[in-house]
Amino acid sequence: MTVGLGHYLSVAAILFTLGIFGIFLNRKNVIIILMSIELILLAVNINLVAFSAHIGDIVGQVYALLVLTVAAAEAAIGLAILVVFYRNRGSIGVEDINLMKG
Amino acid sequence: MIVAALFFYLFAGICVASAFMVIAAKNPVHSVLYLILAFVNAAGLFVLLGAEFLAMILIVVYVGAVAVLFLFVVMMLDVDFAELKQGVLQYLPIGMLIGGIFLAELLLVVGAWAIGPGVPQAIAAPIAAKTSNIEVIGLVLYTRYAYFFEAAGIILLVAMIGAIVLTLQHRVRVKRQNIAEQVARSPAMSMEIVKVRTGQGLGSNT
Repeated sequence: MTVGLGHYLSVAAILFTLGIFGIFLNRKNVIIILMSIELILLAVNINLVAFSAHIGDIVGQVYALLVLTVAAAEAAIGLAILVVFYRNRGSIGVEDINLMKG
Repeated sequence: MIVAALFFYLFAGICVASAFMVIAAKNPVHSVLYLILAFVNAAGLFVLLGAEFLAMILIVVYVGAVAVLFLFVVMMLDVDFAELKQGVLQYLPIGMLIGGIFLAELLLVVGAWAIGPGVPQAIAAPIAAKTSNIEVIGLVLYTRYAYFFEAAGIILLVAMIGAIVLTLQHRVRVKRQNIAEQVARSPAMSMEIVKVRTGQGLGSNT
């Protein structure tokens, strides 16, 4: 019944997989894709904090703090790009993002 | 000890279930709300791990800022989300395949995991026994990792300015105050002295 590092790593692995699965499943909706990326970063943070607590080293938590910062910045920029794109094209479908013909 | 295990399974179960609902919900607003639930439960997991500061930061930053930002954008955009939901099942098999392979690999790694022998000697900043979590983080973050801390601040500044510049729109019909133009105004640009002849008025002179 005791909860060890492996339990936390399993939760993080499941969250990471759910994030990847969400990107595949909702390929047309950019907002859900952004939320899936947030889930993936959350799984990474759980891994960092779990190892930090298990080894007894605070650096993992400092690193998780930096990951959190970058995730917040990424969400803000991504949503701003989304709003601008919607203003220009009137749609947020992924298949409509083909201005550069890439 | 049994209470901690009980709470771990509670938080982990709700976290995984709500993470599944994030990608499975039909309405994106519900997705955002499930994302908030997942983050709150992850904060509970952090508290169980002894990282209280990160747990509170997770609630403040994610639930208070990022998730509300998502909520604003979802509600602001007038998009037919039912149409975006079409063809979801088309990608289900490949998603299941890749997700299943990935989860199996990760769980194999977790099952066969062991900490290397050199790790306990290589601890960079050990967590002292009688100090609080936030004190330990502050002692390390503002001294040894000060440059990383400032880099994080610069990243946030750049993100803030970038988001403002991206979404700022200048309306055409709105008159704006141009202070430089006002200050640079000289008497020659704004005044004219005319001699007015008696009985003729200004009309013929100007």
